[in-house]
Amino acid sequence: MTDHSLQKTGHLQSVVQDWSDQKQAFHVPWGKLMMWIFLISDTFIFSCFLVGYMNVRMTTTDPWPYPSEVFALTLFGKNIPLILIAIMTFILITSSGTMALAVRYSHFRDKKKIALFMFCTAALGASFVGMQAFEWTKLIGEGVRPWSNPFGAPQFGSVFFMVTGFHGLHVSIGVLYLSIVASKVLKGDYDRKNNYDIIEIAGLYWHFVDLVWVFIFAFFYLW
Amino acid sequence: MDHSVLAQTGNNQTRNEQAMADQHPIGVYLKVWILLFVLSSFSYMVDYFDFQGIVRWTLIIIFMLLKAGFIVAIFMHVMWERMALISAILAPPTVLLVLIGLMSSEANYTFGTRIDHLGQPEAAVRIHVSDVHAGEAAAEH
Repeated sequence: MTDHSLQKTGHLQSVVQDWSDQKQAFHVPWGKLMMWIFLISDTFIFSCFLVGYMNVRMTTTDPWPYPSEVFALTLFGKNIPLILIAIMTFILITSSGTMALAVRYSHFRDKKKIALFMFCTAALGASFVGMQAFEWTKLIGEGVRPWSNPFGAPQFGSVFFMVTGFHGLHVSIGVLYLSIVASKVLKGDYDRKNNYDIIEIAGLYWHFVDLVWVFIFAFFYLW
Repeated sequence: MDHSVLAQTGNNQTRNEQAMADQHPIGVYLKVWILLFVLSSFSYMVDYFDFQGIVRWTLIIIFMLLKAGFIVAIFMHVMWERMALISAILAPPTVLLVLIGLMSSEANYTFGTRIDHLGQPEAAVRIHVSDVHAGEAAAEH
């Protein structure tokens, strides 16, 4: 239960109060705190990948391929740069929006709307993974491998498959996670527990997957 | 087991959730959603209009940080959390700046030694995808 007397103090005092004496430091459900700890550890994993990418890109003496051209698609007879990645970005942002709405309706315990928006989110996530599979197939067909590619530095392939593969794995697991939670919402499992915290916790995971994509998009695809 | 206590806890929880829902009107999410769309379009435009050099890097970083900030602050509710949790979430990743600094200085050194000992390869000019495809087509004929 939140102690409302704590909320009137300033930020610094609130930190001191929360950490002093033998008492609970974080006034959130334990599951939410555990999800945050997991997400922070995941932040470090993705950061290692991206810093490793920075390192190989800075050290290679071979020319780096143009991502904008490698990920271009010919649509309606026109060659549009990076279009597939742009569409994937918009899909992931849209899925974050629907997830935020599901979390909002979880505060009202509106089961139908929660499940509707969570299934929308999962469907958008699944289409994202589908497009990623298409992208992988296209690049493999053009001869891109983790050890070489026709467009320039061989490190391009290894970074591409590792980073997007690991992110795609996160999206796929998220799709499963959201579908399971959404079907449990419909079954009324969380009414019996009288606790809808898991929607917000699942939401944190999903927004994190979107957040990681923001960095991959900026550093790998645009840089 | 005292059922009235249980019922009351349930009621309080529902009331808290109601209060939370009132704090976050649906408009906030929709506005942030639209903003993220706009920012993503801007980042895409950086590539589409083919900005290069420092302008490109600055624009990419600005749009990236704005997008990340809105996702973390609004969608992940961090701006409504208490300071103890906010610091626990945001402080650890800042050490990554040290890692980035160390690795980029190390990378410059590695690059330098490669140039010194292996020499700059002649094909250091970036390869256009269209040239690769043209080369393949020529090889087939």
